[in-house]
Amino acid sequence: MHHKTIAELSKGLQAKEFSSEELTQAYLARIKQLDPQLNSYITVVEEQALAQAREADALIASGKAVPMTGIPLAQKDIFCTNGVRTSCGSKMLDNFIAPYDATVIERFNQAGSVMLGKTNMDEFAMGSSNETSFYGPVKNPWDTKTVPGGSSGGSAACVAGRLAAGATGTDTGGSIRQPAALCGITGIKPTYGRVSRYGMIAFASSLDQAGTMTQTAEDSAMMLNVMAGFDERDSTCLDMAVPDYTVNLNDDIKGLKIGLPKEYFAEGLDAEVSKTVEAAIEEYKKLGAEVVDISLPNSSLSVPAYYVVAPAECSSNLSRFDGVRFGYRCEDPQDLEDLYKRSRGEGFGSEVKRRIMVGTYALSAGYYDAYYLKAQKIRRLISDDFKQAFEKVDVIMAPTTPTVAFNIGEKVDDPITMYLSDINTIAVNLAGLPGMSVPAGFSQNLPVGLQIIGNYFEESRLLNVAHKYQQVTDWHNKMPESFK
Amino acid sequence: MQWETVIGLEIHTQLATKSKIFSGAPTAYGAEPNTQACAVDLGLPGVLPVLNKEVVRMAAKFGLAIGARVAPISIFARKNYFYPDLPKGYQISQYELPIVETGKLEIELEDGTTKIIGVTRAHLEEDAGKSLHEDFHGMTGIDLNRAGTPLLEIVSEPDMRSAKEAVAYMKKMHSLVTYLGISDGNMQEGSFRCDANVSVRPVGQAEFGTRTELKNINSFRFVEKAINFEVERQIDVLEGGGKITQETRLYDADKDETRSMRSKEEAMDYRYFPDPDLLPVEVSENLLNEVKASLPELPDAKRNRFVEEYKLSREDANQLTADRETADYFETTAKACADAKLAANWVNVSLAGALNKEGKDISESPVSADMLAGMLKRITDNTISGKIAKEVFEAMWNGEGDADAIIDKKGLKQITDTGAIEAVLDEIIAANPAQVEQLKGGKDKLMGFFVGQVMKQTGGKANPGQVNQLLKKKLGL
Repeated sequence: MHHKTIAELSKGLQAKEFSSEELTQAYLARIKQLDPQLNSYITVVEEQALAQAREADALIASGKAVPMTGIPLAQKDIFCTNGVRTSCGSKMLDNFIAPYDATVIERFNQAGSVMLGKTNMDEFAMGSSNETSFYGPVKNPWDTKTVPGGSSGGSAACVAGRLAAGATGTDTGGSIRQPAALCGITGIKPTYGRVSRYGMIAFASSLDQAGTMTQTAEDSAMMLNVMAGFDERDSTCLDMAVPDYTVNLNDDIKGLKIGLPKEYFAEGLDAEVSKTVEAAIEEYKKLGAEVVDISLPNSSLSVPAYYVVAPAECSSNLSRFDGVRFGYRCEDPQDLEDLYKRSRGEGFGSEVKRRIMVGTYALSAGYYDAYYLKAQKIRRLISDDFKQAFEKVDVIMAPTTPTVAFNIGEKVDDPITMYLSDINTIAVNLAGLPGMSVPAGFSQNLPVGLQIIGNYFEESRLLNVAHKYQQVTDWHNKMPESFK
Repeated sequence: MQWETVIGLEIHTQLATKSKIFSGAPTAYGAEPNTQACAVDLGLPGVLPVLNKEVVRMAAKFGLAIGARVAPISIFARKNYFYPDLPKGYQISQYELPIVETGKLEIELEDGTTKIIGVTRAHLEEDAGKSLHEDFHGMTGIDLNRAGTPLLEIVSEPDMRSAKEAVAYMKKMHSLVTYLGISDGNMQEGSFRCDANVSVRPVGQAEFGTRTELKNINSFRFVEKAINFEVERQIDVLEGGGKITQETRLYDADKDETRSMRSKEEAMDYRYFPDPDLLPVEVSENLLNEVKASLPELPDAKRNRFVEEYKLSREDANQLTADRETADYFETTAKACADAKLAANWVNVSLAGALNKEGKDISESPVSADMLAGMLKRITDNTISGKIAKEVFEAMWNGEGDADAIIDKKGLKQITDTGAIEAVLDEIIAANPAQVEQLKGGKDKLMGFFVGQVMKQTGGKANPGQVNQLLKKKLGL
């Protein structure tokens, strides 16, 4: 059953070919058997999952099911889940049992989906390789010596290894698209404000956005149908109608104008990755799309701007982890200062501390204008680049990452090189645009992702463009050998 | 050397909303610790703030009332610092773009002169929780009920030149926010408190001296005492050849002194930046018009109307209009008894005295406006004298019923029957021949003696004017 997509599983459940309980059991068994190789889950909630599955079966029996009812999913451990540990990949929250559900979780519960467990991730979503997790690195099912990407590395690996039918992720600078690319799955980061951030532990509030990680674009559309939409508990969530994302999947893309930004095909791009992406674009030409060369001239500024804005917001967002009310508290604090210093010093890992320090510095008196304010101005320039591009083209395509998955341990001591692995994804977050990654082939037997960027709120179009490609290719159906 | 004091005040007033500024938790005072703090107030991982619309209306109301500019767009910012009763590690406040800018307030001093005090800005922010240091065996307890309570911080220009002016400004501001209904102004509960920026300079010097900021002043009395103490301290330092250090000082009401908390060098860098969880606050023209239409009559306008409509002295009118409840009480009483001056006297003197003695607010007065008016009517129709009225008022205060019932029960009705008074007078004249002679001989002061005797015999129920008249008639004066 684990070969099936969410769309196929949904049909099987509705047709009562199998029950959600059987399906859930099958996934739980695979997790038990195979996850030790991947470390993609931090917490598995076997009993709760089976109880949810039985409820889903009752819903299906009573004819009250919706398409996502009974589908076993993995939730990134950044979403608060009532009564279940929500660690955010950190020692700081290793003991934190959330007392409420994030809006995203609440909506999946309402749809009758099943939560198998919580997936591993870079600590507080800060990382591009899943090596910063307190719970140890996640391994890429295509080659367990390599990283799955990050920060949603657990979600990507478990979907690629078919240890869940689909998973949620969050994307602040590429944390859905980059691991989706490195693990050979489909992922979409919607427009900023499309999915509620309530209950999603904040890293950089103006960039964070939840999305999906699935085998196919159709599956992502089905999941997004549940997740997207206004939530009065998030002031940055947009109050506008949500289309049914599955409706336009098969629309003809003849005449679609694809922009290829030259800055994304420049120095640093692996030649084979480049070739693979170019081949994917050839497929689009066959489908009737037109290709236009474009320029996003401020692209080179996106990484530096991002590494001011994101740490600045993170330094403030993570202040609440102070050992006072919840989370890790140091042993035997001598006084208040000691409590703060040791609780935070011992509770946070080194990448998180690095970003808190960078952010604190960037916001300090005398530096604010030179760093934070300047970075915000650059953000505007980057948005304007995209705005101008979308006057000429319908979507923009580029490699999701400049290389395929790298080896575990290869970049941990070199943060700058690590940061550059998100060079192609960050600008999308700075502009707040929707972006996708779609499996487009292999290089050195490791998956390559094609990034598709759309204009604001054009998730439907992105999913349509990705789906049409998946109708004529089968990269998304490929499975890693030991997880077949 | 002659010194001039320069004062600016930052007033924090708690806005009287039902729920908190960024969450749905209630704001009521005095609940068990941590029972009025929801996930958002506790700063749990993942929670987000959502602005309470009512606070925007209230701030707009305030802005209009002080003739300020209400910003069409204002921004919430994060003020970052660590403290155990600050759950998120930052306070959501407004920094670069506050909701209210450049207004003014007219104050009136004891000698009747008026002065305009500039209001630099007023901004919205959330309050922190409370750290409780007692009863925890050397540990500190945290109560987050107050966390997230909406505050309006009103920052004045350094326009005040004495502690008295500062008190007048604070009182006037208190009166204004309670009139507007945007705050209950309860100072004991901390709903209205202030920090004072104080400096001194030689008279005639244009530039300001180095200032200190006095924290934690929660009464009108303390603001005066704290400033006076600080001014003297600064003058002492300067005259002793020293320099004032720019610092934050805490006023200790028990010791009546200020002491250093932290110097400018130790001042925190709050790392303000726009809160990415909140959208810019928009105040539309429509909202402003709506708020404008809902503005109540403000203290100055009410005072002027009282002077004109009820022919009261400015001083009486000022006292009556200091707070809206007293003004309403007075107006109800005045209308019901049809003698505004009499009503003003009773509200300002006897009622104010009784309330003050028991530390009660006018809303808690056991004598309602209608009850007071009922008694005043009995004065104007000569049923009782002003003197007897004091006894009736006291009985009403003690819950013995309304004026008519008390007059009836205690037999306090004034004797207006001429025959009865004459009978008493005859007796007194007969018993005091020597005084009669002296009075007839021109010692007018003795009139008082006779009237007093009659009052004594009648238990104060005779009408003194009437006694006077009858006595003169009898003795042929």
